[in-house]
Amino acid sequence: MVDNDTRVDFYRQMVRIRAYEAALQANYHADKTPQWDIGAGLIPGEMHLAAGQEPVAVGLCANLVKDDAITGPHRPHHLALAKGVDINKMTAEIYGRDTGLCHGKGGHMHLFDPEQHFSCSGIIAEGMPVAVGQALAFSRKGTDNVAVAVAGEGAANQGAFHEALNLAAMWKLPVVFIIEDNDWAISVARDTATPIKDGSLRGTAYGMPSQRVEGNDVEMIYEACKTAVERARAGGGPTLLEIHTVRMWGHFEGDAQAYRGDELNEANERDPIPAYEKRLLSAGLLTEDQAAQIKAEAEAEVQAAIDFATSSPEPKPSDAYLHVFA
Amino acid sequence: MTATIDAGTRRVTTAKAISEGIAQEMRANPDVFVMGEDVGPYGGIFGSTGGLFEEFGSTRIIDTPISETGFIGAGIGAAVEGMRPVVELMFVDFFGVCFDQIYNHMAKIHYESGGNVKVPMVLMTAVGGGYSDAAQHSQCLWATFAHMPGMKVVAPSNPYDAKGLMISAIRDDNPVVFMFHKGVMGLPWMAKNPRSIGPVPEEEYTVPIGKAAIAHEGSDVTVVSLSISVQHCLDVAEELEGTTSVEVIDLRSVVPLDRETILASVAKTGKLVIVDEDYKSFGLSGEIVATIADKDPSLLKAPVERVCYPDVPVPYARVLEYEALPTRDKIKAAIAKVTA
Ligand SMILES: Cc1ncc(C[n+]2csc(CCOP(=O)(O)OP(=O)(O)O)c2C)c(N)n1
Ligand SMILES: [Mg+2]
Repeated sequence: MVDNDTRVDFYRQMVRIRAYEAALQANYHADKTPQWDIGAGLIPGEMHLAAGQEPVAVGLCANLVKDDAITGPHRPHHLALAKGVDINKMTAEIYGRDTGLCHGKGGHMHLFDPEQHFSCSGIIAEGMPVAVGQALAFSRKGTDNVAVAVAGEGAANQGAFHEALNLAAMWKLPVVFIIEDNDWAISVARDTATPIKDGSLRGTAYGMPSQRVEGNDVEMIYEACKTAVERARAGGGPTLLEIHTVRMWGHFEGDAQAYRGDELNEANERDPIPAYEKRLLSAGLLTEDQAAQIKAEAEAEVQAAIDFATSSPEPKPSDAYLHVFA
Repeated sequence: MTATIDAGTRRVTTAKAISEGIAQEMRANPDVFVMGEDVGPYGGIFGSTGGLFEEFGSTRIIDTPISETGFIGAGIGAAVEGMRPVVELMFVDFFGVCFDQIYNHMAKIHYESGGNVKVPMVLMTAVGGGYSDAAQHSQCLWATFAHMPGMKVVAPSNPYDAKGLMISAIRDDNPVVFMFHKGVMGLPWMAKNPRSIGPVPEEEYTVPIGKAAIAHEGSDVTVVSLSISVQHCLDVAEELEGTTSVEVIDLRSVVPLDRETILASVAKTGKLVIVDEDYKSFGLSGEIVATIADKDPSLLKAPVERVCYPDVPVPYARVLEYEALPTRDKIKAAIAKVTA
């Protein structure tokens, strides 16, 4: 069972992530006027936000330590923040600044933080074999660290997912595979992309313990991840968890989502944060004032990160030629 | 221009021109169908299949899972059995997950079979950067495909050519890689050159694959380019009218490469600038220079200038990306240098 302080901390972390995504959303759109242009503004390019998926990141990362690894997908902010990636450097990267994690080279889909062993990729499922390799290194080096590969349910139809599962199972590596099932891969509904209703069957097929987690409930996700991470740490090999979550916003910012119809209203009703807040309030673990204070603190921290980013220098144009080789 | 029919006065985006060309071929030929990610109700992330789902439904406009090896391979199989699939790879950068189907199968089956098996398919894909989509979503890569024998490769710069090349590609008995630059599609949500919207006839017509166009006639310098860079070159050529007479060649096809048109122009001007958003080394620009060196190096009266993507992955930050991209200023400087 999760203790009371931890529950409040889960809430705090989810609120922090949501504050981050909401602020990025607002700032992303703020200077793309009057003619909306994806390449314009202080935050140009594609922007995939993870509102609704906070419970996955928080429930997972509560089981990880700094030297555990995560490879994330194109929708990475919630995972990066929960893992402990520096919010200032991450934000500066998203703003394309020299103080960013990658000196402005990577951007929002390519965040690399070796200190936290965090990385992500914009190519679907292609981070998953990399996590297998990180786990291979951990086991060769004799550490008890764990590598986690996170990808969407759409990614589970990609070859790299299957190859990674088989390798990790065969070699009994300390990997946890997390599939964030948010029902959609851009406009393609999960149920039109695979006849398998329970994606955990795929882990079973490769010979690893697997589970589908319903409810988008941070505590249930925490427990499922705890079992998986402990198993990996103890040398018990990989686990696949398919976690049913929700994509509250567009696939990317600017996505009109006409393809979602009424399901979009439903998705917003499935917002996990007010639901968890209510639970903590009625359990007496949180007061309205405390909740408001947690939100205010999160917003202040996020604003400070954005201020850090926007007041940071841009890279020099000639830096474009640096870093091709070590 | 090789336009054999009047382009008329109707102006459409390149995206609309492409989807219209596909629709007309689909009406005429039940063997034509479309497959790819988000090509259905969404209409293609870059609009290349807009409106097709509404007309043809889910049996002919097929949304696929994110399984590029699977569905590109399936396109090959369908083509081998006589269908004419148009398969979309959402961004060319994703070829990494499925290139075996493309270069070991799609491109080689005809040759391996001693000419007995045809693969009449179109692999349509979005290329190019300029809007901060960073290293994995901004490349052009046409030379990578062109390097492997067995695929035709086309890259239109404007709506007219896009429709005509798409119709040619669907009718071609060979695999054709149809590479549209996002910046030429005329998307409402991306900055664009007005040249991305232009006159397109309503009826069907073809633009021949393998034939370059003289997009702007001139006599002082030859500028060879393709895809979106042609738009920049035309802007520069028009700006320099009265000072420098710039001949802009729009290759339109990389494979087959229209070497004759390039040679004839360089024979006339003696000066050559190549503008290419693909990586500089080991690619198209080197091939063009080699074409001249092979034939007659004395055609050149000055060293060649190549305004290409430097040999670095595409950086995210705008200042870094525009340092690397071919721009009008760089094209102007290159023209000034070779004509000095
Ligand atoms: C190999 C590859 N194919 C296609 C894409 C384009 N793409 C980006 S995100 C996405 C949908 C991903 O869906 P899912 O894995 O469920 O993750 P979600 O976006 O729902 O978080 C697609 C098709 C890509 N980036 N890489
Ligand atoms: Mg998804």
